[in-house]
Amino acid sequence: MAASALRPGDWLIAGAGVIMLGALWLRQADSLEGQVVIRQDGQVMQTASLRLNRVIEVAGPLGISRIEIQAGRVRVAADPSPRQLCVRQGWIPAGGAAVCLPNRVSVENAAAGYDTLNY
Amino acid sequence: MPPPAMTPSTIELIPSQEDRRIAGLAAAAIGLTLAEAAIPLPIPGIKPGLANIVTLLVLYRYGWRTAAWVAGLRIVAGALALGQFLTPAFILSLAGGVMSLAVLAAAMHLPARWFGPVGLSLLAAFAHIGAQLWLVDVWLLPGASILGLLPLFLSAAWLTGLGNGLATAHLLAKARPSPLTESSS
Repeated sequence: MAASALRPGDWLIAGAGVIMLGALWLRQADSLEGQVVIRQDGQVMQTASLRLNRVIEVAGPLGISRIEIQAGRVRVAADPSPRQLCVRQGWIPAGGAAVCLPNRVSVENAAAGYDTLNY
Repeated sequence: MPPPAMTPSTIELIPSQEDRRIAGLAAAAIGLTLAEAAIPLPIPGIKPGLANIVTLLVLYRYGWRTAAWVAGLRIVAGALALGQFLTPAFILSLAGGVMSLAVLAAAMHLPARWFGPVGLSLLAAFAHIGAQLWLVDVWLLPGASILGLLPLFLSAAWLTGLGNGLATAHLLAKARPSPLTESSS
């Protein structure tokens, strides 16, 4: 009997496990990459990555809402709504959302964070 | 008619040699389970599963039937001792135990030249956590995405499976020569 603790098949199983885990972790990293979901009138208008800095303009009934994605964060930079609630909300935390109701635009930071609920 | 005066009607169960062996081994496994429960671990559901070293050792030395007995007794008695009997934790433990024993029943027929305790331990660990996550998904937390937990839990299973397998291999290698040459270290 071979004295070594690990036999060829064991290496195979352990290696297959490592490959599977690597794939799973990569997939996980992908899915945790934040997404920004922008809705206009309740319809998903655009889904954008949090990793790409840019300004997205959404046309609503009152005018243009400008949504800014910057350094992995997202906010409503400008909006024609009278009270500016969604603009004053500032950077939207992960899992949070800003709603510009008069202009019927909503921005959701869909980055998956773990909390007690989804844990 | 009065009953016959105080016939001692005790049913005496005579434990066979195998019963004693199973009881002793199960006691060792329960001991490990209890000791392990005292270790604080940050994430619920992840623990080393040291008692599986006993299961594997028994599988190698006495066969699957004895291993199943030892594992079953350990799961039930361990849960009783920890106050978890019939709680979700117990059901999960049972599901993991049943699934890993099923996988071991198949894996033990793999050629021993190629597959040793480490491979079996890894397979059993994956089966264990797989069954538990599946049960959590369909029963405890339906709707919650278990997928996000897979990498973490499978990584833990890989590590503990490897560790327990290596421990088993070490113990087997130490134990094997002993019946013939008692004083070989």
